[in-house]
Amino acid sequence: MISVTLTVNSKTETREVDDRTLLVEYLRQELGLTGTHVGCDTSQCGACTVHLDGLPVKSCTVLAAQADGGRIVTIEGVESGTDLHPMQAAFRDMHGLQCGFCTPGMIMSAIKLVERHPEGLTEAIIRDELEGNICRCTGYHNIVRAVLSASETMNLS
Amino acid sequence: MYATRYTRAISVDEALEQIAAAEDGAFLAGGHTLLPTMKQRLAAPDVLIDIARIADLNFIEISDEDVVIGAATPHAVVAASAELAAVLPALPHLASLIGDPMVRSRGTIGGSVANNDPAADYPAAILGLNAKVITSQRSIPADDFFAGLFETVLESGELITHIRFPRPSRAAYRKLRSPASRYAVAGVMVSLWPGGSVRVAVTGAGSDGVFRWTEAEDRLTQTFNADAIRALRLDPADMQSDFQCSAPYRAGVAGHLLADAVTEALSAGPAAASGRH
Repeated sequence: MISVTLTVNSKTETREVDDRTLLVEYLRQELGLTGTHVGCDTSQCGACTVHLDGLPVKSCTVLAAQADGGRIVTIEGVESGTDLHPMQAAFRDMHGLQCGFCTPGMIMSAIKLVERHPEGLTEAIIRDELEGNICRCTGYHNIVRAVLSASETMNLS
Repeated sequence: MYATRYTRAISVDEALEQIAAAEDGAFLAGGHTLLPTMKQRLAAPDVLIDIARIADLNFIEISDEDVVIGAATPHAVVAASAELAAVLPALPHLASLIGDPMVRSRGTIGGSVANNDPAADYPAAILGLNAKVITSQRSIPADDFFAGLFETVLESGELITHIRFPRPSRAAYRKLRSPASRYAVAGVMVSLWPGGSVRVAVTGAGSDGVFRWTEAEDRLTQTFNADAIRALRLDPADMQSDFQCSAPYRAGVAGHLLADAVTEALSAGPAAASGRH
């Protein structure tokens, strides 16, 4: 067992966990933050994407112990008060989800995608850089529209 | 994943002490090959020694002669380095084609090189740019480092600390990515050196992992342009064949990628490469 302290969505938590505990297991099972999903469990699908010290990571392929002392943001931590994050709002407005399973990972990935491009986004860049997130419902078209729309809102604020 | 014990080293010396004390320990950097392998129970180290936070393994240093990259430097850092892009753009370009943004946040150059996956990108950079792999024990020239699929000459408990890339006159990397895994179906690094010598390394295609295409090197040393190698083909008997594509297909793709890489190296000015694919 190992003691792991993480600051998750601005709240610092410490748990004693098995050394092999994955970050996504820590979030879901220890903290009850089940918005972060386990899709493929093989670092392919991106449903488990969270932010670790400001970077998007696949939390199924990071040990909780590796992240010890780190700052984590999950899908539960992106809204401000009762207001959805602009990326969440855009996914709703543009019908960027159907079953919703991939959506938390898509949104966490897309927020960082926008931040990497303060100069603005194009459809081609979005399609290219969302390569680590797989959706089996939408055909991606409305996801791309949502990210493009959110990027305009985010760059204004 | 089988049970294991996690420890974190804060220095190279500490990491070496910890691995020496372990029965069957493994160094853990980004973990983007090791952890999936452990989940499949194909690896079961009794101790994981986390080396990702060792400051001496996280750096990029550029001098007039070479570029040195710490082994625990993530792909995203290499890909985003403006300093690297100015002197050896083929390298950050190669890093930007590995996996996806989340994989690049975590995966490291040292991990990729040590693992020597036959479809990984960095082995083509090591061999194609004539790099030296510097370990806790020695300096290993690229031509001596790789030893077949997933094998290198690294010994148990030996830790890669950094990679030293000499600076070529021109270089470019071209890759055909598997759309599913984003690994290389084939990837080609070409480099031209002061004095006119040329190196060509091919990853993804060979049945024995990364290799130098010496026949292409000879022709390009005589004339460095795409026409010089257009008629050359790799022998399909030496290529791998799998569910994605056949050996003759890979041999053909590698030839086209080399021609494109040579053209790109020539067109974008000294030490150049650009473009997404």
